[in-house]
Amino acid sequence: MNSPAKSRKVKLEIMRYNPDEDQKPYFQTYDVPCQDEWVLLDAINYIKDELDRSLSYRWSCHMAVCGSCGLMVNGVPMLSCHAFIRDMPEHIKVEPMENFPIIRDLVVEMDGFVEKLAAVKPFIHPKEKRSIDDGCHTQSPEQLMDFQSLTQCINCMLCYSACPQVALNHDFIGPAAMALAHRYNLDSRDQGREVRKEVIASNKAIWECTFVGACSEVCPKHVDPAAAIQQAKIAATGDYFKSFLMPWTKKSSNGKSRNDKKGEKS
Amino acid sequence: MKQSNGHYLRSTDKYAWYLKKPRYIPYMLRELSSLFVGLFSCIIVWGLYQLSQGEVAFTAWTQLLWDKLLWVNILIFAFAFYHSYSWFMVTPKAMPIKFKGKRVPGFFIIGAHMLLWLMASVLVFALFFYGA
Repeated sequence: MNSPAKSRKVKLEIMRYNPDEDQKPYFQTYDVPCQDEWVLLDAINYIKDELDRSLSYRWSCHMAVCGSCGLMVNGVPMLSCHAFIRDMPEHIKVEPMENFPIIRDLVVEMDGFVEKLAAVKPFIHPKEKRSIDDGCHTQSPEQLMDFQSLTQCINCMLCYSACPQVALNHDFIGPAAMALAHRYNLDSRDQGREVRKEVIASNKAIWECTFVGACSEVCPKHVDPAAAIQQAKIAATGDYFKSFLMPWTKKSSNGKSRNDKKGEKS
Repeated sequence: MKQSNGHYLRSTDKYAWYLKKPRYIPYMLRELSSLFVGLFSCIIVWGLYQLSQGEVAFTAWTQLLWDKLLWVNILIFAFAFYHSYSWFMVTPKAMPIKFKGKRVPGFFIIGAHMLLWLMASVLVFALFFYGA
């Protein structure tokens, strides 16, 4: 016979904001009878279903894949589907992710984040034009290992909430976008490093990062954006000195070297 | 601050943001340690200048460090130690070294740095105490 599920009362202090009625956000407290196996998202769902239908928040998969349920939980950015209530105190403060404008209650605006992601051109710029008849690009397991961990990003934006540089400088491209750019730069099939460099090596990207490391600490998928950014800094520094010492290897923004271009003309 | 589209942007304290969360404190100490390392460089440059002024000036300078500025040196040493330690601890992030097709574990990279640091320190101490 199954033993009855353990339950305990938890106070959830949730930030509320209705743009049509409120001038600024405020906190509202709910008493929630939580089951031992509940995650924070279950408790918020309980409020929505049983206590207050007006509460707005985002969620979808409930399994740390979609990346849409990120919140500040007692001041720490985390996925609410990935945060067990049993590991938390009896009073839990829940806020929308920091460093993003609040649309309503726990829902934040992510337009700026999406624009930053697009700015680093996160797709493969192929080394040569290929037709379908040429077959697929091949890649060894060792080549895949170079960037595989960076492909795990689910765009949950927790790293942006944890990063003090994002808070102080809203133009900063941010951890996830730079990690994504580095992921493609490390891809053996890609030739887009020069194109991305215009954004990545600019004054609103890698050089704005002061290596706090909070982005990597809060990442639920262990992507380690802080490591990607430091490696990108080293690569950009190498490129800079190489452009002086070996100017003939300098590539244009379409990824082709000057010698390649000369060859094309002739 | 409420924006024109109704969205609300929370403000950030520009000068005390690092006091808000405990995870920012070690980072700020690491950054602060650079000032102490810089201060030590200035003291050494000062010492070199005193050396150029002759034995009396140099002896007076070393005596001043022992008598009046010992606590400064102890403070500098503590921060210099933390500076080196904290940077060596994050070296695996900047150095994704591969060996025979496999990623070298982070503790190995940190350990190698710590070992070299220890060896260099022993060498400096040996030169200081037995060099003459």
